[in-house]
Amino acid sequence: MLENFDFQVVIDAIPFLWEGLKLTFLLTFLAIAGGLILGVLLALARLSHIKPLSFLAASYVNFFRSMPLILVIFWFYFLVPYIVGRPVGGFYSVLVAFTLFEAAYYCEIMRAGIQSVRKGQAQAGQALGLTYKQNMQYVVLPQAFRNMTPILLTQAVILFQDTSLVYVVGLHDFLVNAEIIASRDNRLIELFSTVAVVYFVLCLSFSLSIRTLQRKFSV
Amino acid sequence: MNYNWNWGILITEPYMGWIFSGLGWTLLVAISAWVIAFTLGSVIGIMRTLDQPILRAIGATYVEIFRNIPLLVQMFLWYFIFPELLPEEAGLWVKRGIPMPEFWTAVICLGTYTASRVAEQVRAGINAISQGQRQAARAIGLSPAQVYRYVLLPISYRTIIPPMTSEFLGIFKNSSLALTIGVLELTAQTRQIEEYTFQGFEAFTAATILYIIVTFIVMFFMARVEKKVSIPGVTSIGAK
Repeated sequence: MLENFDFQVVIDAIPFLWEGLKLTFLLTFLAIAGGLILGVLLALARLSHIKPLSFLAASYVNFFRSMPLILVIFWFYFLVPYIVGRPVGGFYSVLVAFTLFEAAYYCEIMRAGIQSVRKGQAQAGQALGLTYKQNMQYVVLPQAFRNMTPILLTQAVILFQDTSLVYVVGLHDFLVNAEIIASRDNRLIELFSTVAVVYFVLCLSFSLSIRTLQRKFSV
Repeated sequence: MNYNWNWGILITEPYMGWIFSGLGWTLLVAISAWVIAFTLGSVIGIMRTLDQPILRAIGATYVEIFRNIPLLVQMFLWYFIFPELLPEEAGLWVKRGIPMPEFWTAVICLGTYTASRVAEQVRAGINAISQGQRQAARAIGLSPAQVYRYVLLPISYRTIIPPMTSEFLGIFKNSSLALTIGVLELTAQTRQIEEYTFQGFEAFTAATILYIIVTFIVMFFMARVEKKVSIPGVTSIGAK
């Protein structure tokens, strides 16, 4: 009950929660980095004129987008040790899962971003004699990134929230560490409401800054 | 790779039964939650387009709260914390009195969460209609409620069919989170098969294919609905 809310429990838990939060941040950061790199490649493949390439990229995206993230996590938690040939620990399996899963979403965002750059721009680049790579690098992608940055950042907030799903394989992230203390001390209300408030404050402040950024960016 | 393939496991009882019962729960959770998400989301989305600042603020607060807390955390809040906040008797009833408390918790959690996303789609759909429509409706003497009932909503719901389809597929996939509080839906059942038989590859393949099939059916069906209800010249087919 609320009148028994014990702040001391939360204060004592801070170092352990911080350890978990660090893992949450690390996983988010690495998955964004990996997902962006793979996502750019996928987006370029999807927009490529080479039919089999764009078909493969589209299949990849549709495949991952029709699967629940938890199932993807289970898949790689199970598969990665088989592929590598030895146990690698949950963190790397989960990182692979998040990277491949996010790449599908980043690909779609970037494809939309690239397509939002008017055709005339790319044609003008070609007319100037730029190669495909130069055209992408100097003309199309800089404009595309400007258009899609707010959506990419929003997706990063979603990913940050989604990393809590590592709970299903028991990785010690923010939520799991809170749950460990909650069941040890039988203080579910204190710990779970702390987790909710921390996530809320972090995500809301980040979303609000994205909106400010978006207002500055929009023409 | 050293793996003993055994695809026969999928048509062996009890495992085949587990998979289909899992699929059944997944669909039941998703569809029940969608009822809440659609109705509550519509109310909140409409509230955000009204003239009254208080209603707009309530709608905006709802959306921010539900969008900025991870769904899994919300699941735990509903399951562990919500019964504690109620008066003692009501709390006990929620925990033990109602049949299948895990199922209802999952439905309410997914429904209220997705409602915040549906609300944003509804709001965007209404705001995308030109002001002239609203003004014209007012000018011919419709009451504010009638403006929504006969002009704004019929147009906006048609235009937001594609994003609403995505939201439904989202709830369908997110229903897998119900496994964290003990609902034996599709993902949970295949995970269980993996733990019992070590045939993870076969089990997860079955789940993956079923998820893809349902996604495909929903998209196919909704594309037909979109085509059927489109107003020529107002809603454009295929614009996503």
